[in-house]
Amino acid sequence: MSAFDTIVHLIYLACATAFVIGLHLMNAPSTARRGNQVSAAGMGVAILVTLAVLIEDGRINAYAAWALGLGTAAGAAAGLVAARVVRMTAMPQLVSLFNAVGGGAAALIALGERPASTQAEVTGVLDVLIGALTFSGSLIASGKLAGRVPGRPIVVPYGRFVWAGLAAVAAAMAVLVVGFDGGTAALVGAAVAALVAGVLLTLPIGGADMPVVISLLNACTGTAVAMAGFVLESTPLIIAGALVGAAGAILTKLMADAMNRPISAIIAGGYGTGDAIAVEAGAGSAAVREITADDAAIQLAYAGRVVIVPGYGLAAAQAQHEVVALAQALTAHGVEVSYAIHPVAGRMPGHMNVLLAEANAPYEQLQDLEESNPAFPRTDVALVIGANDVTNPAARRAGNPVSGMPILDVDLARSVIVIKRSLGHGYAGIDNELYADPRTAMLFADAKKGLNALLTGVSAYAK
Amino acid sequence: MSPLLLADLTVFTLGLLVGFEVISKVPATLHTPLMSGANAIHGVVLVGVMLLAATISTPVGYALLAVAAFFAAMNVAGGYVVTDRMLAMFRSRS
Repeated sequence: MSAFDTIVHLIYLACATAFVIGLHLMNAPSTARRGNQVSAAGMGVAILVTLAVLIEDGRINAYAAWALGLGTAAGAAAGLVAARVVRMTAMPQLVSLFNAVGGGAAALIALGERPASTQAEVTGVLDVLIGALTFSGSLIASGKLAGRVPGRPIVVPYGRFVWAGLAAVAAAMAVLVVGFDGGTAALVGAAVAALVAGVLLTLPIGGADMPVVISLLNACTGTAVAMAGFVLESTPLIIAGALVGAAGAILTKLMADAMNRPISAIIAGGYGTGDAIAVEAGAGSAAVREITADDAAIQLAYAGRVVIVPGYGLAAAQAQHEVVALAQALTAHGVEVSYAIHPVAGRMPGHMNVLLAEANAPYEQLQDLEESNPAFPRTDVALVIGANDVTNPAARRAGNPVSGMPILDVDLARSVIVIKRSLGHGYAGIDNELYADPRTAMLFADAKKGLNALLTGVSAYAK
Repeated sequence: MSPLLLADLTVFTLGLLVGFEVISKVPATLHTPLMSGANAIHGVVLVGVMLLAATISTPVGYALLAVAAFFAAMNVAGGYVVTDRMLAMFRSRS
């Protein structure tokens, strides 16, 4: 190994270390931003060193250099623009899109590299299969989240047979590549099968299962990048891919646990509706108590402790600023306010936290399931906004679609106010028993309008 | 198995274990930036695309190379910037 190669490898090692330290600093909100910067600095150095390798090596021809340079410049520009203009409510679809292109690039690497060994052939096939699957799957997920593809579960006819056929094609192509030096044609065949599989995987999945699915696709992209690293014998790709694979796997498990549904059942799909708030009709049979915004405002202003429970309805109505304004008005009036956030509230892990942070809610007020549940019995008012199934007490009983799901113990608070447009069902498709509880009052309104009315009421009262 | 493959497998396995250890401590509050930041890290695939560029010499290859570079650069640049934007919003009470 030449001195140059040694230095390059040592710098790559430093870059990989920067990725690990960066992720480690994400353990706390106060250091997380610095963590991301450390990680970005490592990435910048890795790219510069690779540029030096290309120049020193000198084998790259002019056309390839232009293709690389123009492609990189255009991609970086597109990524920067998208990252700057995206609204926080649209974050799930953007993260999903970035995940898709990462997987696509990893798959293209294996298509472009002539495998030099059996190792490169095996990992190359895996790279193409996983990368192409996560590419098309993440694009469909992104489309569903953005509303460009219908969010409801789309059941593919004879899906099981189509799946078996695709698996057979993929296996045959893999055998051709590894056993018979099938080369690029067989790899392209495998890629096509995986692209179709990615579409079939994501179409049947409903909106509420999205946090699990995009976590899983994230893990897949990480794995695909690690496989690309095996193909190219590039350590930074292997390490970074493994780190991302681990991150995606952990989030997948956390999200599936938070819904108490096995990952296999979520992948099978066909569960529930697309958006909880889209269900307008189907009013529950139970008698519910309605409350006016003025009465609700007085109840909030009189309270000693208020817990706000946000759900996807809040994001859909873009009402994060309104809810934080209300919380600030209550805090100024001497009310203790916190937010109770269920792990699967929203459309990606941590979605609610980002929205509330955007609206300047201090992160000390954002509490997860374990922190908030013990505090509900000493809470005067639980204010539920656009959350449904995650508050349904039926989850504590066996024998219904939400049985066993960890819920926020909203019904243990002294009183509950629910802002909701109608008595429609959540994704589980069952009545929420919380609404029929005598301590619960319903404020029928769009989240944004309802919160504005509450804020007006609280401000008038607090004067 | 070649010694090289064994070394790569070792690195991969240890990377997974380190990843599990480090990431399982991230609080739920930061799960979106974590996913987005992890996403940006797999933008390292751009390094792979660059290494591959040295071996490409056909018109189809150039086209695929440009697409791969576009994808990877979008992933890495957009991923880090959007994560930074999110994390800049996480403020303390003070």
